[in-house]
Amino acid sequence: MADQAHFAEQAMEHMPSLYSAALRMTRNPADAEDLVQETYLRAYRGYGGFTEGTNLKAWLYRILTNTFINRYRAKKRRPEETEFDDVEDFYLYRRLGGLEEARAGRSAEDELMDLFPEQEVKEAVESLPENFRLAVLLADVEGFSYKEIAEILDIPIGTVMSRLHRGRKALQKRLYDFAAERGLAPTGGDPEHREPAQRG
Amino acid sequence: MDDSHLEPGAGDCADSLKELYTFLDGELTVERRTHIRQHLDGCQNCYEAFDFEAELRIVVSAKCRDEVPDELRARVADALNKLRQGDEPVL
Repeated sequence: MADQAHFAEQAMEHMPSLYSAALRMTRNPADAEDLVQETYLRAYRGYGGFTEGTNLKAWLYRILTNTFINRYRAKKRRPEETEFDDVEDFYLYRRLGGLEEARAGRSAEDELMDLFPEQEVKEAVESLPENFRLAVLLADVEGFSYKEIAEILDIPIGTVMSRLHRGRKALQKRLYDFAAERGLAPTGGDPEHREPAQRG
Repeated sequence: MDDSHLEPGAGDCADSLKELYTFLDGELTVERRTHIRQHLDGCQNCYEAFDFEAELRIVVSAKCRDEVPDELRARVADALNKLRQGDEPVL
């Protein structure tokens, strides 16, 4: 059985990632702080039931996610998941792939780092429907495995994969729309059928 | 950029792209993983698509970090301390 006395020293190091996840979930610093505090208190009280040597971070995320769902989940689910049903696979790559060829010697990573400011990436994640947002956060930001995500969210692995697939497409659409709004990416929808340039 | 290879279909490119995320997620069997690696070694188009998605994920993950306010750290430590004192077993 895990010893509560060791809880703080084991668990505190995970606070930065828990806090970031809480911010993406609640979209509000005050709620995120309350959510993190409540997660730690619940984890402390339940620590006796944690099997030492198993994945503490995943266990903390399970408590964080459950607390969020029970307490902070928005009553109205907005936006609808179906809004993204028509988004193609590789949405961003179709539109921005080859970008790295534009400037010699720079990697795709450098180009994408420059193209999407931190605030925009956060807003794009936060704008996703909740089921998509949680799956993408757990997989792409925190690097949990499908099995861990299934346990954290208490859903089957097939559902994890489906939410990830749809959530990633939705995120790419949001990122693209933000970049296009700023005029940094070509607009016009289907990259294969771009509108011809307006004649003066 | 030639993205005709992104269209659904049969063949090694289509099969590899179908498993792109499972590959990046590290969730493929060793056998499938090796097969895709071999395909990527010989297919520049697929390699670029895989590379783009991998880099995008690094960017998203790196940009979704926030600094914990000192006040929150102190608040949680304090609350845990209080719980701990309250939970001391009575001898």
